Amino acid sequence: MTDSPTPEGGAAPLHDPAPPSGRRPGRPVSKRSTSGFGRYLCKHIGGAAVSLLLVLFSSFFIFRLIAGDPIDQLTKERPVSPEERAALRAELGLDRPMWQQFWDYITGTLTMDLGDSFQYRRPIFDLIVERLPATILLSGTGMVLAVLLGFWIGTRSGWRQGSRFDRAHVGTGLLLYSAPTFWLGMIVILVFARYLGIFPVNGMRSPNTPPDLWSQAVDIGHHLVLPVLTYTAVVYAGYLMIMRSSILDEIGNDYLTTARAKGLRDDEVRDRHAVPNALLPTVTLVFLAIGGVVNGSIVTETVFSWPGLGSLFVQAIFYPDRPVLQALFVLFSASTIIAVLAAEILYWFIDPRIRKS
Amino acid sequence: MTTSTPTSPRALRRARRRQSFARSWAAYRAQRTGMIGLVLLGAIVLLALAAPVLVDESALSVTQATGGRMEPPSAEYPLGTDEVGRSVLALTLWGSRLSLLIGLTATVVAIVIGTAVGVTSGHVGGWYGWIALRVSDWFMVLPSLVVAIALLAVLGRSMATTILVIALVSWSGTTRLVRAQTLTVQSRPYLERARALGAGHWHQMTKHLLPNVLPLVLASATLLVPSAILMESSLAWLGLGDPNVVSWGSILNRASDNGAVSAHAWWYLLPPGLAILLVVLAFMMCGRALEAVFNPRLRGESA
Repeated sequence: MTDSPTPEGGAAPLHDPAPPSGRRPGRPVSKRSTSGFGRYLCKHIGGAAVSLLLVLFSSFFIFRLIAGDPIDQLTKERPVSPEERAALRAELGLDRPMWQQFWDYITGTLTMDLGDSFQYRRPIFDLIVERLPATILLSGTGMVLAVLLGFWIGTRSGWRQGSRFDRAHVGTGLLLYSAPTFWLGMIVILVFARYLGIFPVNGMRSPNTPPDLWSQAVDIGHHLVLPVLTYTAVVYAGYLMIMRSSILDEIGNDYLTTARAKGLRDDEVRDRHAVPNALLPTVTLVFLAIGGVVNGSIVTETVFSWPGLGSLFVQAIFYPDRPVLQALFVLFSASTIIAVLAAEILYWFIDPRIRKS
Repeated sequence: MTTSTPTSPRALRRARRRQSFARSWAAYRAQRTGMIGLVLLGAIVLLALAAPVLVDESALSVTQATGGRMEPPSAEYPLGTDEVGRSVLALTLWGSRLSLLIGLTATVVAIVIGTAVGVTSGHVGGWYGWIALRVSDWFMVLPSLVVAIALLAVLGRSMATTILVIALVSWSGTTRLVRAQTLTVQSRPYLERARALGAGHWHQMTKHLLPNVLPLVLASATLLVPSAILMESSLAWLGLGDPNVVSWGSILNRASDNGAVSAHAWWYLLPPGLAILLVVLAFMMCGRALEAVFNPRLRGESA
């Protein structure tokens, strides 16, 4: 990290060797002076498309080929006559050749026809639409809080490295980061819902809430507090450490000395000069952490019986509701791939160095 | 190394390695958190190894349980009992063996795959390198718990599948790291010299690239173990662990299935969870200290 002569030359974060793009060291980047953005966009959209196709292939492979006969799973511990089996097989389209099943699966997925759930006997698409808002509410709120908290503390920690503030917050963050999410959730329920009784134990709504909008919103908000608290507590430390090390990379750069020489106050130097530069490398990392967001929401939703996609996924394991597992596997994986693609496109606009390279 | 004059290249190499190890150890020892982590880790590993001596294995048996249902801590059961009357202390002690074993084995498997793919893809390059990079990127982006759950739901629940699945979702980070380091080492003059002297790919990879990459791998492995342990405990808590063994995650799975939270049985919930937290914390402290030891060199090299 010695060769960043430009004032804006915030170094790339050390712990991440390269963004998931094709920016590979050791290979000269081809000239793209004419239609730089077009090429950049095509390359990344192409990469994401390949990844999405791989997800479709692997989900078919995992759930159709390794998983064994779905009829066995569907009729477990129930005596079924061969005729019934054959009828079921025809109904589910399993009597057709494998390549045709694969083709149906691909076209079905692309047209949002995901089949029916074994467990609910309803189209999976409807189930997903029904449960998506709950998941977005919980993980969206949790993620925004975690990012804000992590960045706010991380900035101040890195700026005063080794201070009491820094040590206390890095220590607390690591401690919470080390706690298993599900266990923290159980402890939070034990303390705040069971002993103190100030928050509901689980779920998203109480059955006897008046139907007007305001009471419903308050009720959902009340249910939301503990899951969001758990989720944020476990996740924010990651953002804290990312932001902290990013600020540490900026400290000591000449442009900060210049800013100080202009007579700016210390927190002005930090907020107007160091933070914008330190934010750059963290953007990709925040989007890359989407996978962690999905992991966290699966566990949190299960602990708190939150009626979202994560708890649907976990329920589907034990039924076993293979079509639901398969659909959610594709959905979760696709959403992380698209989030990373979004980060790469965003990066083009916020980091001029990519355009110049 | 001035007292003796090494005669053979092997002795020379050994002396050099010893020296660099001593240097790293001194740098590590200077870090307080790293040392605290190491001591903590040592204590936990000792307890896990000594578990069969401290508590007889029959304490895990459901049928031979002597206590009542979810009794609070007493003189006989310092950490209370579970839903069938087994001592939570004994369960937690024995659980440490499995949690550590699975975490360590999965990490070793992940590290071996990751290093092999990273070194070969960085060294060979071309089509193979491109494909290896794309595949590891793909694994990196996918939500690990989702993949692990899907695979375990399909492959069945056993210790071997748990280890395999955890390794499969965690090798890609190592590949990235190793590949980047391989590429920087690759461009150094001494590798050119080795090539000029007729060194084959195998020789270059094992004698020159691998030794340069290993310290970094060690640091990243130390940070992989805690995430493997957390992943194992999450999977076991969800009910996807091996049903025949006791790990911290499976204890907590039984606890939540049997209503320990609504029974206010804090003694049943706290010990396994705190144990996970302590082990993860200890590994993280060690890993961060190791990173600090090896990273300055990495900085100097990759810049």
